[in-house]
Amino acid sequence: MSNKVIYAIYNDDDILMDAVKKTRAAHHHIEEVFTPFPVHGLDKAMGLAPTRLAICAFIYGLCGLSFGTWMMNYIMIQDWPQDIGGKPSFSYIDNMPAFVPIMFEETVFFAAHLMVITFYMRSRLWPFKEAENPDVRTTDDHFLMEVAVNDNEEELVSFFQGTGAVEVKVIDKH
Amino acid sequence: MYTFSSKLKTFSFVLMAVGLLGIGYGFLTAPKDIQDVEKILAADAHGSHHEVSNESEGAHAVSAEVKAEAEHTEHLTHVLHQLENKPWSALYVACIFFMLLSLGTLVFYAIQQVAQAGWSPVLFRVMQGITAYLPVGSVFFFVFLLLAGFHVNHIFVWLGEGVTKVGSENYDKIIAGKSGYLNFPFWIVRATVFLLGWNAYRYFSRKNCLAQDEADDNSFYKKNFNISAMFLVFFIVSESIMSWDWIMSLDPHWSSTLFGWYVFASFFVSGITMIAMVTIYLKSKGYLENVNTSHIHDLAKFMFGISVFWTYLWFSQFMLIWYANIPEEITYFVMRIQVYNLPFFGAVVMNFLFPVLILINTDFKRITWILVMASVVILLGHYVDFFNMIMPGTVGGSWFIGVSEIASVLFFLGLFIFVVFSALTKAPLLPKRNPYIEESKHFHY
Repeated sequence: MSNKVIYAIYNDDDILMDAVKKTRAAHHHIEEVFTPFPVHGLDKAMGLAPTRLAICAFIYGLCGLSFGTWMMNYIMIQDWPQDIGGKPSFSYIDNMPAFVPIMFEETVFFAAHLMVITFYMRSRLWPFKEAENPDVRTTDDHFLMEVAVNDNEEELVSFFQGTGAVEVKVIDKH
Repeated sequence: MYTFSSKLKTFSFVLMAVGLLGIGYGFLTAPKDIQDVEKILAADAHGSHHEVSNESEGAHAVSAEVKAEAEHTEHLTHVLHQLENKPWSALYVACIFFMLLSLGTLVFYAIQQVAQAGWSPVLFRVMQGITAYLPVGSVFFFVFLLLAGFHVNHIFVWLGEGVTKVGSENYDKIIAGKSGYLNFPFWIVRATVFLLGWNAYRYFSRKNCLAQDEADDNSFYKKNFNISAMFLVFFIVSESIMSWDWIMSLDPHWSSTLFGWYVFASFFVSGITMIAMVTIYLKSKGYLENVNTSHIHDLAKFMFGISVFWTYLWFSQFMLIWYANIPEEITYFVMRIQVYNLPFFGAVVMNFLFPVLILINTDFKRITWILVMASVVILLGHYVDFFNMIMPGTVGGSWFIGVSEIASVLFFLGLFIFVVFSALTKAPLLPKRNPYIEESKHFHY
C-alpha cells in the first residue's frame, strides 16, 4: 500500500479552523497540522487530548520538596548537627524556617526543569534533530493540514479544494 | 433586578439576634473584680495552685509571704484586665474583619477599573453590593475606636491613663517615646480621614457607575477610571498607616516593617473570596445569567494566588524575626507560638496548605461545591489570622474561642448579609453601558 497523504495549504487561521472542523465532520483522519504560530482553539477543534504536563510538574515539585527536605535533614541535623550561631539543630522541625527557602527553591527547580525536559522528550526535540517541515512556508505565513489517503484520492482532493485551501498537493510519503 | 429572598432576610435577622444575645452574655459574665477572677482561676486550676514554698526562717518567711501575696494580687489584676478585655476584643476582631473584608473588595474593584479588565464588569454590581457594607461597618468601627479613646474599654494599652506621664505608676518609657504618633487626637483624626476617604470613593464610584448606565457617552466611565487610580494611591498609604494604628499598636512595644502588606494580603484575599461566594450564591439562584464558569475560575485563581501571597508575607515576617531572634522583636512570636500554638499554625494550614492543594487543579476551580468549601476555609482562616494579630495583645493567655467570639462573628455576619443583599436589590446586576461589558459577557477562558 502506498503511503499517500494530502497536503492542504491555507493562508488564514480562521479558514484553517473551519477546514479542520469540516474535515472532522466528514470523518477524514487528520495526521498533522503545521502552523507558524499557536492557533487558539485548534487542539479542541482537532479533538486532541488535553496535556498532562501540569500533573507531571506537580509530581516533580513534590520530588524536589522531598529532596530538599531530605538533604537539609541529612546534612544539618543527622550527619553533623553543629551549633551554628545558636540555631537549634536538635530536630528538623526546630530549625525548619531556615530550610524553607531551600525547600521552596528545590521544589520550583525540580518542577520547572523536569517538566521542560519531559516536554522535550515527549515532543522529540533536541539539538541536531532533523526538522520535519513539510513545506518551508509553514513557519512563515502558511498553514498546512496533512490527511492520509486511502484509495479515495479524487474525492479528498475535491473535498479540500472546497474548504478554501490555496493549494492541495498529493504527496507520496516514504 | 435581584429580590432579597425572605428566607435569607430572616436568616440574617436570626444571626444578628443570636449574635447580640451572645455578645450581651459575654459582657455580663465577664468578671468585675479580682474576687471573681480568683473564683475562675480556682475553678480551672485543678489543684495546681502554686504553693508558697515553706521556707522555715521566721522573718524571711513572713517577707516572702507578703511578697507572694502582692504578686498574687498583681497576677489577679493582670488576669482581670485580660478577661475584661475579652468580650471587647471579640467584638473588635469581628468588627474589623468584616469592615476590612469589604474594603478588600473595594480595592479589588478599583484595580479592575484601573486595569481595564475585560472579564470582570459583569461582577461589578456584585462587588458594589459587598462594598455597601463598608459605610455601615465603618460606623460601627469608628464608634468602637471612640469608646476605646474614652476609656470605656482598655484594648489599646497606649490609650491607658498615666502611660505617658513621668512618675505615674503606669508610666511606660517606650510608649511615651511614641506618643508623638500614638496619641488619641491624632489617632482618631487619622481614622476619620481614612474612613471618609474610602467611603467617599465607594460612594462616587457607585454613583458614576449607575450614571454611566443612563449616559450617552463614556464620561462617567472615565471619571471612575480617574477616581479609582487616585483611590488606589490613597489606599496604599492609608492602609499601611491603618494597620499600624488599629492592629500593630495593640502591641506597642513591637514593630514590623512589612506589617501593612501582611494585613492587606489578609483582607484582600478575604474580599476576593467573598466576591466568589456571593457570585456563586446569586448564580445558583439564577440572577447572573452572564456569569459563566470562566468568571468563577478567574476569581478562584485570584483566591489561590493571593493566598500564596499572604503566606509569603506571613513567612517572611515570621522567619526574619525568628532567624535574627532579637529579644525585643521575638516576644511577639514567642507569645503566639507558646500560647496561641494551634490558631497560629492552624491559620497557615487553613490559609495556605488547604487552598493550595485544593485550588491548584484547573477543573476544581470550576466546581461549585469545592470552591464553596475552599472559600469557607479561607474566610475562617483569615478570621483566625486577625484573631492571632489582635488577641495576644489584648487578652494574652486568657484567650478562648467561646460565646463572645462566635456571637460577635454571627452578629456582624448577619449585619453583613443584610446590608449586602439589601444593596444588591437597589440596582440591576448587569451594568448597561460599561465599555467592556460585551467582552465580559463573552469572557471565556
